[in-house]
Amino acid sequence: MAEELKLFRTWSSPYSLRVVHALKIKGLEYETIFEDLSSKSASLLQYNPVNKKVPVLVHNGKAICESLVILEYIDETWKQCPLLPRDPYEKAKARFWAKFGDEKLSSSIWNVLISQGKEQEEAIAAAVQNLKLIEEQLQEKKFFGGEKIGYLDIAFGWTANLISILEEIIDLKLVDEEKLPLLSAWMQNFSDDPVIKQCWPPRDKLVVKFQAMRESNLKTVLSQ
Amino acid sequence: MAEVKLFGSWGSPFSRRIEVALKLKGVEYEFIEEDIYNKKSPLLLKYNPVHKKVPVLLHNGKPICESVVILEYIDETWEGPSILPKDPYERAMVRFWVKFLDEKCFPAMWQACWSIGEEQEKAKEEATEFLKILEGTLSGKKFFGGDSIGMVDIVANFIAYWFMILQELAGIVVLTKEKFPKLNEWMNEYLNCSIIKENLPLKDKLTAVFQARFQAVAVAAAAAAPSVK
Repeated sequence: MAEELKLFRTWSSPYSLRVVHALKIKGLEYETIFEDLSSKSASLLQYNPVNKKVPVLVHNGKAICESLVILEYIDETWKQCPLLPRDPYEKAKARFWAKFGDEKLSSSIWNVLISQGKEQEEAIAAAVQNLKLIEEQLQEKKFFGGEKIGYLDIAFGWTANLISILEEIIDLKLVDEEKLPLLSAWMQNFSDDPVIKQCWPPRDKLVVKFQAMRESNLKTVLSQ
Repeated sequence: MAEVKLFGSWGSPFSRRIEVALKLKGVEYEFIEEDIYNKKSPLLLKYNPVHKKVPVLLHNGKPICESVVILEYIDETWEGPSILPKDPYERAMVRFWVKFLDEKCFPAMWQACWSIGEEQEKAKEEATEFLKILEGTLSGKKFFGGDSIGMVDIVANFIAYWFMILQELAGIVVLTKEKFPKLNEWMNEYLNCSIIKENLPLKDKLTAVFQARFQAVAVAAAAAAPSVK
């Protein structure tokens, strides 16, 4: 019985990657449509008229938007390999930290990318504080989800993918093995997972992309 | 000792969301009023060290923070009228609109009231655009949740009440009956629901607090303005 399952994504979008990870963990077959955000397809605009962004998951003609919303949809629709904890309190904690990751943590990391000098030093301090809070959630576990990758690992996946890219560009360490040992280990474990590894976007392309973002943002600040 | 405690603030729409949800489910709880502007209690800072904000729900000693996270927790923990639908696609739609409300509508509408000049014009335009999108989702429905209020309605509380008071005080015209007939109808139905009506802060009290803040903002702006020779 063929189910229609389509994912609109870009090659680099970390939010799209979350959905890729979830679909792969659940062992689902799906069609990928790569979007060029400078020239969005009519289909994307039809399926996500409000935000006009990727990722969009289309399941039997119905469109679901916003990566964390899509993750929950996938988990509720396909019961194998559960992503979210069953216990409501553990679920609430996972949702809380995913939100923190997307709001406070990601903006603090962004600030490191687009700043320099003293401002960057301050940005780094703030980012490391946030990363410490994330690390505390790992405790003794291999993954945020426990023995296996779960919702929160997928939600934080962008850190495992992109922080090392940022470190290369700014030539500074954010996730120091000594200062953030558990998070460091988690990034390695997550990246080494066979399901995750096969989906990583090409590293050299990512470096070029984020280098360009840094330069254009620094130029904007200097010209103000 | 109460099994369920809510750290909240009388004037906060986020705090009021949780009170509505708990009352909907018929859950007995102890309310702890926090003075969020002047002095937050040590317990609040202990239970929400990351954001230091209300609301915080404490259930059997375990804290849950962020109003949207708390609402889902309440729906999953207690029986009673559903806050979210059962169908995964319908749930995804609710979560999408809740995000839209809190991440797009609320910031734009808040900014439209509190900023000035060009920033305010831009915020007003954005708020209007977002409200138009919301208006479009109400076709043929009494509430965002259908025949009865659901999570989207609960989260949209700031539109129906706080914003209507603020826009008048700010002297701006964004959400009108003429421009948004469906939203206007929704607001009337919504504010008429006893569970909503009985859990709103007093208009006079809220107005007084907002007016004081507008005055404080004006004073600060005047003090910061370059002096004219």
